[in-house]
Amino acid sequence: MIMMTQAAISTANAKATVSKPKAKTIEVQGLDFYYGKTQSLKNVSLDIHDRQVTAFIGPSGCGKSTLLRTLNRMYDLYPGQRAEGSILYRGRNILEPGVDVNMLRAKVGMVFQKPTPFPMSVYDNIAFGVRLYENLSKGEMDERVEWALKKAALWLEVKDKLNKSGLSLSGGQQQRLCIARGVAVKPDVLLLDEPTSALDPISTAKIEELISELKGDYTIAIVTHNMQQAARCSDYTAYMYLGELVEFGETDQLFMNPSRKETQDYITGRFG
Amino acid sequence: MVGEHSSKQYDQELEAIRSKVLLMGGMVETQFDEAIDAFRVGNADQADKVIGDDQAVNQLEVQLDDACSHLIVRRQPAANDLRTVMATIKVITDLERIGDEASKIARTAKSLHERGMIGFNHYDIVRTISRNTADMLHDALDAFARLDGKQALQIIAQDDEIDYEFRTILRNMITFMMEDPRTISSALDTLWVAKAIERIGDHAKNIAEYVIYVVEGRDIRHSKPALLSQAEG
Repeated sequence: MIMMTQAAISTANAKATVSKPKAKTIEVQGLDFYYGKTQSLKNVSLDIHDRQVTAFIGPSGCGKSTLLRTLNRMYDLYPGQRAEGSILYRGRNILEPGVDVNMLRAKVGMVFQKPTPFPMSVYDNIAFGVRLYENLSKGEMDERVEWALKKAALWLEVKDKLNKSGLSLSGGQQQRLCIARGVAVKPDVLLLDEPTSALDPISTAKIEELISELKGDYTIAIVTHNMQQAARCSDYTAYMYLGELVEFGETDQLFMNPSRKETQDYITGRFG
Repeated sequence: MVGEHSSKQYDQELEAIRSKVLLMGGMVETQFDEAIDAFRVGNADQADKVIGDDQAVNQLEVQLDDACSHLIVRRQPAANDLRTVMATIKVITDLERIGDEASKIARTAKSLHERGMIGFNHYDIVRTISRNTADMLHDALDAFARLDGKQALQIIAQDDEIDYEFRTILRNMITFMMEDPRTISSALDTLWVAKAIERIGDHAKNIAEYVIYVVEGRDIRHSKPALLSQAEG
Protein backbone atom coordinates (compact mmCIF):
# COMPACT_ATOMS: atom_id res chain seq x y z
CA MET A 1 0.00 0.00 0.00
CA ILE A 2 1.69 3.16 -1.18
CA MET A 3 -0.91 5.70 -0.08
CA MET A 4 -1.28 5.86 3.67
CA THR A 5 -3.98 7.82 5.40
CA GLN A 6 -2.89 10.64 7.67
CA ALA A 7 -4.11 8.73 10.68
CA ALA A 8 -2.22 5.62 9.66
CA ILE A 9 0.95 7.66 9.20
CA SER A 10 0.68 9.28 12.59
CA THR A 11 0.01 5.89 14.19
CA ALA A 12 3.08 4.50 12.47
CA ASN A 13 5.14 7.44 13.75
CA ALA A 14 3.85 6.96 17.26
CA LYS A 15 4.91 3.33 17.15
CA ALA A 16 8.35 4.32 15.90
CA THR A 17 8.82 6.66 18.87
CA VAL A 18 7.85 3.97 21.31
CA SER A 19 10.13 1.30 19.92
CA LYS A 20 13.09 3.59 19.19
CA PRO A 21 16.02 1.91 20.93
CA LYS A 22 17.52 4.06 23.67
CA ALA A 23 21.01 3.59 25.09
CA LYS A 24 21.00 1.32 28.12
CA THR A 25 23.06 2.08 31.20
CA ILE A 26 22.13 -1.07 33.06
CA GLU A 27 20.72 -4.34 31.75
CA VAL A 28 19.32 -6.67 34.37
CA GLN A 29 18.94 -10.23 33.06
CA GLY A 30 17.36 -13.18 34.86
CA LEU A 31 18.17 -11.80 38.29
CA ASP A 32 17.41 -13.92 41.37
CA PHE A 33 18.16 -12.67 44.85
CA TYR A 34 18.29 -14.54 48.14
CA TYR A 35 18.28 -13.42 51.75
CA GLY A 36 19.69 -16.65 53.12
CA LYS A 37 17.18 -19.25 51.94
CA THR A 38 14.41 -16.77 51.16
CA GLN A 39 14.21 -15.84 47.52
CA SER A 40 13.16 -12.21 47.19
CA LEU A 41 13.74 -11.54 43.49
CA LYS A 42 12.60 -14.02 40.87
CA ASN A 43 13.99 -13.92 37.36
CA VAL A 44 13.86 -10.13 36.99
CA SER A 45 14.92 -8.70 33.62
CA LEU A 46 14.74 -5.06 32.62
CA ASP A 47 16.80 -2.28 31.07
CA ILE A 48 17.60 1.02 32.76
CA HIS A 49 17.99 3.65 30.10
CA ASP A 50 20.61 6.32 29.83
CA ARG A 51 19.69 9.72 31.28
CA GLN A 52 16.16 8.66 32.04
CA VAL A 53 14.36 8.24 35.34
CA THR A 54 13.18 4.71 36.08
CA ALA A 55 10.76 4.27 38.98
CA PHE A 56 10.09 1.07 40.91
CA ILE A 57 6.69 0.75 42.53
CA GLY A 58 4.91 -2.05 44.34
CA PRO A 59 3.61 -2.99 47.77
CA SER A 60 5.94 -3.43 50.74
CA GLY A 61 8.15 -6.48 50.45
CA CYS A 62 7.80 -6.77 46.67
CA GLY A 63 11.57 -6.55 46.15
CA LYS A 64 11.89 -3.06 44.73
CA SER A 65 14.43 -1.87 47.29
CA THR A 66 16.25 -5.19 47.01
CA LEU A 67 16.52 -4.72 43.26
CA LEU A 68 17.87 -1.19 43.75
CA ARG A 69 20.43 -2.47 46.26
CA THR A 70 21.74 -5.03 43.78
CA LEU A 71 22.53 -2.32 41.25
CA ASN A 72 25.56 -1.15 43.23
CA ARG A 73 26.01 -4.37 45.24
CA MET A 74 25.03 -2.67 48.46
CA TYR A 75 23.89 -6.12 49.66
CA ASP A 76 27.56 -7.23 49.75
CA LEU A 77 27.79 -5.55 53.13
CA TYR A 78 25.54 -8.22 54.61
CA PRO A 79 26.47 -11.88 54.95
CA GLY A 80 24.09 -14.50 53.56
CA GLN A 81 22.67 -12.29 50.83
CA ARG A 82 23.43 -13.24 47.27
CA ALA A 83 22.40 -12.43 43.73
CA GLU A 84 22.32 -14.73 40.69
CA GLY A 85 21.84 -13.85 37.06
CA SER A 86 23.53 -10.88 35.50
CA ILE A 87 23.52 -7.12 35.81
CA LEU A 88 25.39 -5.50 32.95
CA TYR A 89 26.54 -2.02 33.81
CA ARG A 90 27.90 -0.35 30.66
CA GLY A 91 28.32 -3.85 29.23
CA ARG A 92 30.14 -5.43 32.18
CA ASN A 93 28.55 -7.93 34.57
CA ILE A 94 28.90 -6.36 38.01
CA LEU A 95 27.90 -9.58 39.78
CA GLU A 96 31.12 -11.27 38.69
CA PRO A 97 33.86 -11.68 41.28
CA GLY A 98 36.74 -9.30 40.74
CA VAL A 99 34.57 -6.24 40.26
CA ASP A 100 35.95 -3.28 42.23
CA VAL A 101 32.94 -2.63 44.43
CA ASN A 102 34.25 0.72 45.64
CA MET A 103 34.67 2.03 42.12
CA LEU A 104 31.25 0.64 41.25
CA ARG A 105 29.66 2.54 44.14
CA ALA A 106 31.45 5.72 43.09
CA LYS A 107 29.85 5.31 39.66
CA VAL A 108 26.49 4.13 40.97
CA GLY A 109 25.67 6.35 43.94
CA MET A 110 22.84 5.84 46.39
CA VAL A 111 20.62 8.07 48.51
CA PHE A 112 18.58 6.47 51.28
CA GLN A 113 15.12 6.91 52.70
CA LYS A 114 16.25 8.80 55.78
CA PRO A 115 18.67 11.65 55.28
CA THR A 116 22.07 10.43 56.49
CA PRO A 117 24.38 13.43 56.77
CA PHE A 118 27.69 12.73 58.51
CA PRO A 119 28.19 14.49 61.87
CA MET A 120 30.50 17.05 60.34
CA SER A 121 30.25 20.39 58.56
CA VAL A 122 28.18 20.87 55.40
CA TYR A 123 31.44 21.38 53.50
CA ASP A 124 33.06 18.23 54.84
CA ASN A 125 29.96 16.18 54.17
CA ILE A 126 30.56 16.81 50.47
CA ALA A 127 34.37 16.76 50.54
CA PHE A 128 34.51 13.48 52.48
CA GLY A 129 33.43 11.30 49.58
CA VAL A 130 35.49 13.20 47.02
CA ARG A 131 38.68 12.73 49.07
CA LEU A 132 38.24 8.96 48.87
CA TYR A 133 38.58 8.96 45.11
CA GLU A 134 40.39 12.13 44.11
CA ASN A 135 43.25 14.27 45.31
CA LEU A 136 42.10 17.86 44.86
CA SER A 137 43.74 21.12 45.91
CA LYS A 138 41.87 23.39 48.33
CA GLY A 139 40.73 25.61 45.47
CA GLU A 140 39.55 22.67 43.38
CA MET A 141 37.73 21.17 46.35
CA ASP A 142 35.96 24.50 47.05
CA GLU A 143 34.83 24.52 43.45
CA ARG A 144 33.64 20.93 43.62
CA VAL A 145 31.66 21.52 46.83
CA GLU A 146 29.99 24.58 45.35
CA TRP A 147 29.26 22.72 42.11
CA ALA A 148 27.70 19.76 43.93
CA LEU A 149 25.61 21.99 46.19
CA LYS A 150 24.40 23.92 43.17
CA LYS A 151 23.53 20.67 41.37
CA ALA A 152 21.49 19.64 44.39
CA ALA A 153 19.73 23.05 44.47
CA LEU A 154 21.04 23.69 47.97
CA TRP A 155 23.82 26.24 47.39
CA LEU A 156 21.78 29.38 47.96
CA GLU A 157 20.44 28.05 51.26
CA VAL A 158 23.77 26.92 52.74
CA LYS A 159 26.48 29.06 51.15
CA ASP A 160 26.79 31.15 54.32
CA LYS A 161 26.86 28.18 56.67
CA LEU A 162 29.26 25.75 55.03
CA ASN A 163 31.05 25.31 58.36
CA LYS A 164 27.91 24.52 60.32
CA SER A 165 27.02 20.93 61.07
CA GLY A 166 25.13 19.05 58.38
CA LEU A 167 22.79 17.90 61.15
CA SER A 168 21.65 21.49 61.74
CA LEU A 169 19.87 21.59 58.38
CA SER A 170 16.16 20.84 57.93
CA GLY A 171 15.09 17.35 56.79
CA GLY A 172 14.63 18.43 53.19
CA GLN A 173 17.97 20.25 53.19
CA GLN A 174 19.67 17.22 54.73
CA GLN A 175 18.28 15.00 51.98
CA ARG A 176 19.49 17.42 49.31
CA LEU A 177 22.87 17.47 51.09
CA CYS A 178 22.98 13.69 50.73
CA ILE A 179 22.15 14.02 47.05
CA ALA A 180 24.90 16.65 46.72
CA ARG A 181 27.29 14.23 48.43
CA GLY A 182 26.28 11.55 45.94
CA VAL A 183 26.66 13.91 43.00
CA ALA A 184 30.05 15.30 44.18
CA VAL A 185 31.96 12.16 43.22
CA LYS A 186 30.56 12.57 39.68
CA PRO A 187 28.71 9.27 39.45
CA ASP A 188 27.05 7.92 36.37
CA VAL A 189 23.93 6.55 38.01
CA LEU A 190 22.00 7.75 41.06
CA LEU A 191 19.88 5.27 43.01
CA LEU A 192 17.25 6.89 45.21
CA ASP A 193 15.54 4.67 47.78
CA GLU A 194 12.35 6.48 48.82
CA PRO A 195 14.19 9.79 48.99
CA THR A 196 11.16 11.86 50.00
CA SER A 197 9.17 9.55 52.27
CA ALA A 198 10.33 11.45 55.36
CA LEU A 199 9.92 14.92 53.85
CA ASP A 200 7.17 17.54 53.78
CA PRO A 201 5.44 18.39 50.45
CA ILE A 202 7.58 21.44 49.69
CA SER A 203 10.86 19.61 50.28
CA THR A 204 9.43 16.73 48.24
CA ALA A 205 8.64 19.09 45.37
CA LYS A 206 12.21 20.44 45.52
CA ILE A 207 13.68 16.92 45.37
CA GLU A 208 11.40 16.02 42.47
CA GLU A 209 12.42 19.20 40.66
CA LEU A 210 16.02 18.23 41.33
CA ILE A 211 15.46 14.75 39.89
CA SER A 212 14.19 16.21 36.63
CA GLU A 213 17.22 18.52 36.45
CA LEU A 214 19.74 15.81 37.34
CA LYS A 215 18.48 13.45 34.67
CA GLY A 216 20.13 15.66 32.07
CA ASP A 217 23.48 14.33 33.36
CA TYR A 218 22.71 11.12 35.22
CA THR A 219 20.76 7.92 34.90
CA ILE A 220 18.36 7.75 37.82
CA ALA A 221 16.53 4.85 39.43
CA ILE A 222 14.05 5.64 42.19
CA VAL A 223 12.08 3.43 44.54
CA THR A 224 8.91 5.08 45.79
CA HIS A 225 5.74 4.19 47.67
CA ASN A 226 4.10 7.26 46.26
CA MET A 227 2.54 6.36 42.92
CA GLN A 228 1.84 9.97 42.03
CA GLN A 229 5.53 10.64 42.54
CA ALA A 230 6.44 7.87 40.11
CA ALA A 231 3.90 9.27 37.63
CA ARG A 232 5.24 12.81 38.07
CA CYS A 233 8.95 12.32 37.78
CA SER A 234 9.80 9.11 35.95
CA ASP A 235 10.10 8.17 32.28
CA TYR A 236 9.83 4.43 32.88
CA THR A 237 8.03 2.58 35.62
CA ALA A 238 8.42 -0.98 36.84
CA TYR A 239 5.64 -2.56 38.88
CA MET A 240 6.86 -5.39 41.11
CA TYR A 241 4.95 -7.86 43.23
CA LEU A 242 6.24 -10.73 45.40
CA GLY A 243 9.71 -10.51 43.93
CA GLU A 244 8.58 -10.59 40.32
CA LEU A 245 8.53 -7.86 37.73
CA VAL A 246 4.87 -7.69 36.73
CA GLU A 247 5.03 -4.87 34.21
CA PHE A 248 7.69 -2.52 32.94
CA GLY A 249 7.05 0.25 30.46
CA GLU A 250 6.83 3.93 29.73
CA THR A 251 5.34 5.76 32.69
CA ASP A 252 2.54 7.49 30.75
CA GLN A 253 1.44 4.23 29.22
CA LEU A 254 1.63 2.35 32.51
CA PHE A 255 -0.48 4.87 34.38
CA MET A 256 -3.01 5.56 31.59
CA ASN A 257 -3.48 2.09 30.17
CA PRO A 258 -1.44 -0.65 31.85
CA SER A 259 -1.32 -3.93 29.96
CA ARG A 260 -1.58 -6.17 33.03
CA LYS A 261 -4.66 -6.31 35.24
CA GLU A 262 -2.46 -6.71 38.35
CA THR A 263 -0.80 -3.38 37.55
CA GLN A 264 -4.14 -1.69 37.01
CA ASP A 265 -5.47 -3.00 40.32
CA TYR A 266 -2.42 -1.70 42.16
CA ILE A 267 -2.26 1.78 40.65
CA THR A 268 -5.99 2.35 40.97
CA GLY A 269 -6.04 1.27 44.61
CA ARG A 270 -7.90 -2.02 44.13
CA PHE A 271 -5.10 -3.94 45.79
CA GLY A 272 -5.71 -6.33 48.67
CA MET B 1 -15.57 -6.67 35.74
CA VAL B 2 -13.06 -4.65 37.72
CA GLY B 3 -12.81 -5.32 41.44
CA GLU B 4 -13.39 -2.98 44.33
CA HIS B 5 -11.04 -0.34 45.67
CA SER B 6 -9.42 -0.69 49.08
CA SER B 7 -11.28 2.53 49.82
CA LYS B 8 -15.04 1.81 49.83
CA GLN B 9 -15.66 5.54 49.81
CA TYR B 10 -13.86 5.78 46.46
CA ASP B 11 -16.10 3.04 45.03
CA GLN B 12 -19.17 4.87 46.26
CA GLU B 13 -18.05 8.16 44.72
CA LEU B 14 -17.41 6.52 41.34
CA GLU B 15 -20.72 4.66 41.51
CA ALA B 16 -22.58 7.85 42.41
CA ILE B 17 -21.13 9.57 39.34
CA ARG B 18 -21.94 6.61 37.10
CA SER B 19 -25.55 6.36 38.20
CA LYS B 20 -26.05 10.11 37.82
CA VAL B 21 -24.75 9.91 34.24
CA LEU B 22 -27.24 7.13 33.54
CA LEU B 23 -30.00 9.19 35.13
CA MET B 24 -29.05 12.11 32.90
CA GLY B 25 -29.02 9.76 29.90
CA GLY B 26 -32.53 8.56 30.76
CA MET B 27 -33.72 12.16 31.04
CA VAL B 28 -32.44 13.20 27.60
CA GLU B 29 -33.85 10.01 26.07
CA THR B 30 -37.28 10.96 27.44
CA GLN B 31 -36.80 14.54 26.24
CA PHE B 32 -36.02 13.29 22.75
CA ASP B 33 -38.99 10.86 22.66
CA GLU B 34 -41.40 13.51 23.91
CA ALA B 35 -40.05 16.15 21.54
CA ILE B 36 -40.65 13.83 18.57
CA ASP B 37 -44.11 13.05 19.92
CA ALA B 38 -44.88 16.76 20.28
CA PHE B 39 -43.70 17.25 16.71
CA ARG B 40 -45.92 14.39 15.51
CA VAL B 41 -49.19 15.43 17.14
CA GLY B 42 -48.57 19.14 17.64
CA ASN B 43 -49.00 19.09 21.40
CA ALA B 44 -47.79 22.49 22.67
CA ASP B 45 -47.96 21.46 26.36
CA GLN B 46 -45.73 18.51 25.75
CA ALA B 47 -43.32 20.71 23.80
CA ASP B 48 -43.22 23.14 26.74
CA LYS B 49 -42.47 20.26 29.11
CA VAL B 50 -39.50 19.17 26.98
CA ILE B 51 -38.16 22.73 26.97
CA GLY B 52 -38.71 23.01 30.74
CA ASP B 53 -37.00 19.66 31.44
CA ASP B 54 -33.82 20.99 29.87
CA GLN B 55 -33.19 22.98 33.06
CA ALA B 56 -32.85 19.80 35.11
CA VAL B 57 -30.53 18.26 32.51
CA ASN B 58 -28.33 21.37 32.58
CA GLN B 59 -28.23 21.25 36.37
CA LEU B 60 -27.09 17.63 36.27
CA GLU B 61 -24.29 18.55 33.89
CA VAL B 62 -23.02 21.17 36.34
CA GLN B 63 -23.32 18.77 39.30
CA LEU B 64 -21.50 15.99 37.47
CA ASP B 65 -18.68 18.24 36.30
CA ASP B 66 -18.25 19.27 39.91
CA ALA B 67 -18.33 15.68 41.17
CA CYS B 68 -15.68 14.69 38.59
CA SER B 69 -13.31 17.51 39.53
CA HIS B 70 -13.76 16.65 43.19
CA LEU B 71 -12.95 13.02 42.48
CA ILE B 72 -9.80 14.02 40.58
CA VAL B 73 -8.55 16.28 43.35
CA ARG B 74 -9.35 13.84 46.15
CA ARG B 75 -8.46 10.51 44.59
CA GLN B 76 -5.99 11.18 41.76
CA PRO B 77 -7.56 8.41 39.67
CA ALA B 78 -5.29 6.36 37.40
CA ALA B 79 -5.68 3.93 34.50
CA ASN B 80 -9.31 2.77 33.96
CA ASP B 81 -10.60 5.03 36.74
CA LEU B 82 -8.98 8.05 35.13
CA ARG B 83 -10.36 7.09 31.73
CA THR B 84 -13.82 6.68 33.25
CA VAL B 85 -13.70 10.16 34.76
CA MET B 86 -12.33 11.74 31.57
CA ALA B 87 -14.99 9.98 29.47
CA THR B 88 -17.73 10.98 31.91
CA ILE B 89 -16.83 14.65 31.63
CA LYS B 90 -17.15 14.34 27.86
CA VAL B 91 -20.26 12.14 27.84
CA ILE B 92 -22.22 14.63 29.93
CA THR B 93 -21.34 17.41 27.49
CA ASP B 94 -22.83 15.31 24.70
CA LEU B 95 -25.88 14.47 26.82
CA GLU B 96 -26.46 18.14 27.60
CA ARG B 97 -26.30 18.96 23.89
CA ILE B 98 -28.75 16.15 23.11
CA GLY B 99 -31.07 17.90 25.58
CA ASP B 100 -30.54 21.17 23.68
CA GLU B 101 -31.35 19.49 20.36
CA ALA B 102 -34.51 17.95 21.85
CA SER B 103 -35.59 21.42 23.05
CA LYS B 104 -34.90 22.75 19.57
CA ILE B 105 -37.20 20.05 18.11
CA ALA B 106 -39.88 20.94 20.68
CA ARG B 107 -39.71 24.65 19.84
CA THR B 108 -39.92 23.91 16.12
CA ALA B 109 -42.90 21.59 16.77
CA LYS B 110 -44.68 24.47 18.52
CA SER B 111 -44.06 27.05 15.83
CA LEU B 112 -44.92 24.61 13.04
CA HIS B 113 -48.29 23.76 14.57
CA GLU B 114 -49.05 27.33 15.62
CA ARG B 115 -48.72 28.40 11.98
CA GLY B 116 -50.81 25.39 10.99
CA MET B 117 -49.98 25.30 7.30
CA ILE B 118 -48.06 22.19 6.39
CA GLY B 119 -49.04 20.64 3.06
CA PHE B 120 -47.25 17.32 3.56
CA ASN B 121 -47.00 14.67 6.24
CA HIS B 122 -44.17 16.18 8.25
CA TYR B 123 -43.89 13.29 10.71
CA ASP B 124 -43.61 10.68 7.95
CA ILE B 125 -40.53 12.50 6.70
CA VAL B 126 -38.58 12.10 9.96
CA ARG B 127 -40.14 8.87 11.24
CA THR B 128 -37.33 6.52 10.19
CA ILE B 129 -34.45 8.78 11.15
CA SER B 130 -35.97 9.54 14.56
CA ARG B 131 -36.61 5.86 15.35
CA ASN B 132 -33.11 4.84 14.30
CA THR B 133 -31.57 7.69 16.26
CA ALA B 134 -33.60 6.88 19.37
CA ASP B 135 -32.37 3.27 19.13
CA MET B 136 -28.82 4.46 18.62
CA LEU B 137 -28.98 6.75 21.66
CA HIS B 138 -30.48 3.98 23.77
CA ASP B 139 -27.77 1.55 22.68
CA ALA B 140 -25.02 4.11 23.34
CA LEU B 141 -26.25 4.62 26.91
CA ASP B 142 -26.56 0.86 27.30
CA ALA B 143 -22.98 0.36 26.07
CA PHE B 144 -21.83 3.02 28.53
CA ALA B 145 -23.68 1.36 31.40
CA ARG B 146 -22.27 -2.08 30.60
CA LEU B 147 -18.90 -0.85 29.25
CA ASP B 148 -19.49 -2.91 26.13
CA GLY B 149 -16.84 -2.05 23.54
CA LYS B 150 -18.31 -4.35 20.86
CA GLN B 151 -21.72 -2.71 21.02
CA ALA B 152 -20.02 0.69 20.91
CA LEU B 153 -18.31 -0.21 17.63
CA GLN B 154 -21.65 -1.20 16.10
CA ILE B 155 -23.18 2.12 17.15
CA ILE B 156 -20.37 4.04 15.50
CA ALA B 157 -21.10 2.23 12.22
CA GLN B 158 -24.83 3.15 12.50
CA ASP B 159 -24.08 6.85 12.37
CA ASP B 160 -23.35 6.63 8.64
CA GLU B 161 -26.92 5.41 8.05
CA ILE B 162 -28.34 8.32 10.03
CA ASP B 163 -26.26 10.75 7.97
CA TYR B 164 -27.51 9.08 4.79
CA GLU B 165 -31.13 9.37 5.95
CA PHE B 166 -30.63 13.05 6.65
CA ARG B 167 -29.31 13.67 3.13
CA THR B 168 -32.35 11.85 1.73
CA ILE B 169 -34.66 14.11 3.77
CA LEU B 170 -32.76 17.14 2.52
CA ARG B 171 -33.33 16.12 -1.11
CA ASN B 172 -37.02 15.41 -0.38
CA MET B 173 -37.54 18.79 1.21
CA ILE B 174 -35.83 20.57 -1.66
CA THR B 175 -38.24 18.82 -4.03
CA PHE B 176 -41.28 19.92 -1.97
CA MET B 177 -40.06 23.49 -1.82
CA MET B 178 -39.41 23.67 -5.56
CA GLU B 179 -42.78 22.17 -6.40
CA ASP B 180 -44.82 24.34 -4.06
CA PRO B 181 -43.18 27.46 -2.56
CA ARG B 182 -46.00 27.67 0.02
CA THR B 183 -44.41 24.69 1.79
CA ILE B 184 -41.08 26.48 2.21
CA SER B 185 -41.46 27.58 5.83
CA SER B 186 -42.82 24.23 7.06
CA ALA B 187 -40.30 22.33 4.93
CA LEU B 188 -37.50 24.36 6.52
CA ASP B 189 -38.92 23.65 9.99
CA THR B 190 -39.04 19.93 9.22
CA LEU B 191 -35.51 20.15 7.91
CA TRP B 192 -34.33 21.80 11.18
CA VAL B 193 -35.94 18.95 13.09
CA ALA B 194 -34.22 16.37 10.87
CA LYS B 195 -30.92 18.20 11.37
CA ALA B 196 -31.40 18.19 15.16
CA ILE B 197 -32.08 14.44 15.05
CA GLU B 198 -28.98 13.89 12.93
CA ARG B 199 -26.93 15.86 15.50
CA ILE B 200 -28.31 13.66 18.29
CA GLY B 201 -26.99 10.70 16.29
CA ASP B 202 -23.55 12.36 16.22
CA HIS B 203 -23.64 12.82 20.00
CA ALA B 204 -24.63 9.17 20.48
CA LYS B 205 -21.68 8.20 18.29
CA ASN B 206 -19.37 10.33 20.47
CA ILE B 207 -20.63 8.53 23.57
CA ALA B 208 -19.87 5.18 21.91
CA GLU B 209 -16.34 6.41 21.14
CA TYR B 210 -15.79 7.30 24.81
CA VAL B 211 -16.95 3.80 25.79
CA ILE B 212 -14.15 2.36 23.66
CA TYR B 213 -11.71 4.77 25.30
CA VAL B 214 -12.75 3.58 28.76
CA VAL B 215 -12.68 -0.10 27.87
CA GLU B 216 -9.59 -0.32 25.69
CA GLY B 217 -7.70 2.89 26.40
CA ARG B 218 -7.73 3.74 22.68
CA ASP B 219 -8.88 7.12 21.44
CA ILE B 220 -10.58 6.39 18.12
CA ARG B 221 -12.08 9.82 17.53
CA HIS B 222 -11.48 11.17 14.04
CA SER B 223 -10.04 7.85 12.88
CA LYS B 224 -10.63 6.50 9.41
CA PRO B 225 -13.16 3.64 9.08
CA ALA B 226 -10.32 1.34 7.94
CA LEU B 227 -8.59 1.83 11.28
CA LEU B 228 -11.81 1.25 13.14
CA SER B 229 -12.36 -2.14 11.55
CA GLN B 230 -8.70 -2.93 12.17
CA ALA B 231 -9.43 -2.28 15.81
CA GLU B 232 -12.43 -4.56 15.68
CA GLY B 233 -10.40 -7.47 14.30
